[in-house]
Amino acid sequence: MRLRDFPEDEVFLQGSAACQGCPGSAAIRVAFKALGRNTILAVIASCTSVFQSPFPLSALDVPTLNMAFATGGAVASGITAAADRLVARGDFEEKPTILAWAGDGGTYDIGIQALSGAAERNTDFIYVCYNNEAYSNTGTQRSGATPYAAWTTNTTKGKEEWRKDIAQIMIAHGVPYVATASLAYPTDMYRKFAKAKEIKGTRYIEIQAPCPPGWKFPSSHTIKVARLAVQSGMWMLFEHEGGKTTYSAGTQRIIQGQSKLVPVEDYLQAQGRFRHLFYPEKDEVRIAEIQGRISHIFETLQFTHKMKEHIMDIELAPPR
Amino acid sequence: MRLVETGNHVAAWGARLARAEVVSAYPITPQTQVIEEISRFIDEGEMDCEYIPVESEHSAMAAMIGSAAMGVRSFSATSAHGLLYMHELLHWAAGIRLPMVMVNVNRALGPGWNIWCDHQDTIAARDTGWVQLYCASHQEILDTTIQAYRITEDPKVILPVMVCYDAIFLSHNYMQVEIPDQEVVDRFLPPFRSLWKLDLDYPLTHGSVIYPDDYEEVRYSMFQGLDNARGAIKAAAEEYRDVVGNYHGEMVETYRMEDAESAVVAMGSIASEAKVAVDRLRDAGYPCGLVRVRSYRPFPIEEIRSLLAPLRAVMVIDRGVSFGMEGPLFSEVKAVIYGRSDAKVYDIVTGLGGRDVTYELICENTEAALKGKLAQETRWPAVRLNEHHRVSKQGLEGYWKKEGV
Ligand SMILES: Cc1ncc(C[n+]2csc(CCOP(=O)(O)OP(=O)(O)O)c2C)c(N)n1
Ligand code: SF4
Ligand SMILES: [Mg+2]
Repeated sequence: MRLRDFPEDEVFLQGSAACQGCPGSAAIRVAFKALGRNTILAVIASCTSVFQSPFPLSALDVPTLNMAFATGGAVASGITAAADRLVARGDFEEKPTILAWAGDGGTYDIGIQALSGAAERNTDFIYVCYNNEAYSNTGTQRSGATPYAAWTTNTTKGKEEWRKDIAQIMIAHGVPYVATASLAYPTDMYRKFAKAKEIKGTRYIEIQAPCPPGWKFPSSHTIKVARLAVQSGMWMLFEHEGGKTTYSAGTQRIIQGQSKLVPVEDYLQAQGRFRHLFYPEKDEVRIAEIQGRISHIFETLQFTHKMKEHIMDIELAPPR
Repeated sequence: MRLVETGNHVAAWGARLARAEVVSAYPITPQTQVIEEISRFIDEGEMDCEYIPVESEHSAMAAMIGSAAMGVRSFSATSAHGLLYMHELLHWAAGIRLPMVMVNVNRALGPGWNIWCDHQDTIAARDTGWVQLYCASHQEILDTTIQAYRITEDPKVILPVMVCYDAIFLSHNYMQVEIPDQEVVDRFLPPFRSLWKLDLDYPLTHGSVIYPDDYEEVRYSMFQGLDNARGAIKAAAEEYRDVVGNYHGEMVETYRMEDAESAVVAMGSIASEAKVAVDRLRDAGYPCGLVRVRSYRPFPIEEIRSLLAPLRAVMVIDRGVSFGMEGPLFSEVKAVIYGRSDAKVYDIVTGLGGRDVTYELICENTEAALKGKLAQETRWPAVRLNEHHRVSKQGLEGYWKKEGV
């Protein structure tokens, strides 16, 4: 699917209350192009609660239930149970897609219990975390998704902890589909949503969402920052299905050696939230720590990739 | 069909006869039997229903909001800490105007884990926008659970209903109940037709940001909805009596109030003990009656006014307390007769954490009040003063010094 082949139908209407360059609204557009209108949406307290526009307006042209902060997995469980009843009764010909849409705070932190419960029950829904790596709606406080050393309003010298890897936590739940996506790779994102739509059970998709006011970069740079995140290895694109992780798009190219890992400095320097790593003087230690982690991960992945190719060669050889 | 059952199993029968289609609940003593019985009904094919075994009460209520928003009849059950844990979403369910029914087994709150009865849990949920009905017998639990769907789904109400009944006394004791036939209940309770839902053909956005310019209108409409619930509660009780046969009162239940000069006011199972007390007081020459508040929200303003304003004295029994104030039922009874009555109003807070409330205690206190021996304030007649109170009075240091610790 090429960009120009995306369906023209827009579920996210023009004139929303989102900031210029908002990654959340851009992600919704792509998601709904793949999911279509036969979708019921639950929006969990976040910027999306706000940028969909205040009552009596709405930029969301699908049935939408706004819900409290800690409820993503749970409210979807209720909606999907009711949808099953309506299918059984014959009110629905086809079960609609149930979509819960939450931020990283609503996913990594306050909502993890409800999400974990829904995943353990293999609730039939798609859970999306659009991850802008902070509580943007309340003015950019740290979340469990905020990366190490990033400034937020309550980590003024840079966060001291590393972000938790929630995609791996979801994989550990044994759900049928886990994927990550990036705004800079919309066709990859589209493909993942289209695939998720066809799968039954709990599907988790996390989209990295560079937020201009929260990350402090010009609003025209959202896609550029998103691309740098993948190219530098700060954000990795993959899918996990049937016990197997497959890397995709930009991440896959780096692992397969078709493109080179961009130095993480380039990514960090593109955002004001890492400014203290460069001014008044360069914080070589923390930059090296971040680069070290990324390099280690990618070296391991590149190595296993080569090994696999090698093993494949052996397997493909005729049996003796 | 006649059964001898626990109040909890009877509540499960209520959900079954009301044909609830989605149940989401989380276990807590003393409510567990409700969901165990519903699971059994489903497993044995006696109830056609989706059961969501959520991982917490917060999620139980979130899932209920989701299913009710889809226009499907929904049920839950909880108690005490579970009710507190879902408090945020009690407001949400009412604020977004969803019909649903939940039973709450009235249990005391920790710390000091106590699984016995008092009303502190539901009193704390008083201002959430839910209708709150309090039962005094097993039969009433069944009948009220079914009636609750008529009330919550009434187009003029569309607010959730909480059916409250006392831990252990009602939840766990066995009593005889008459289970009506499904056909009879179906005649009383038609299938649920929601006024709004998450509708694919008519997509609307619910519960988004609302500015000061519109918010107060929403809250006022909830206020009106609860006001309208008065009519719906009465209509449900009357029609239920006509179609199914049982009747437990409407906003209030009264006992020997016809010629009464004084009255005891109570909620829940204490009212049964209070009936005995009323008989004894009458034997002793006091023309006393009982008013049992069945609907705490909406509060029976008119009923309390017309029943109590002409009296000489009123004894309120509170099974909960508003710390720093007084018994909550006491405050409200006084508020509704204020300026319209010369009645003296007294209050006892008792029965907390399942402490036995005897008719003797009620008689003694009411008689003392009628003789003018008590002040018109909240008293704790059953409390034994012990080291806790000495600590509170003297401060911990003072207590240590005095006790030589
Ligand atoms: C129980 C509760 N606590 C706190 C809040 C306040 N609150 C609303 S949105 C939000 C942050 C959301 O962060 P995230 O999920 O990352 O979404 P974002 O705003 O970044 O899009 C907070 C803290 C709330 N609504 N409910
Ligand atoms: S703060 Fe960020 S996520 Fe929120 S609306 Fe603005 S750009 Fe979008
Ligand atoms: Mg966020």
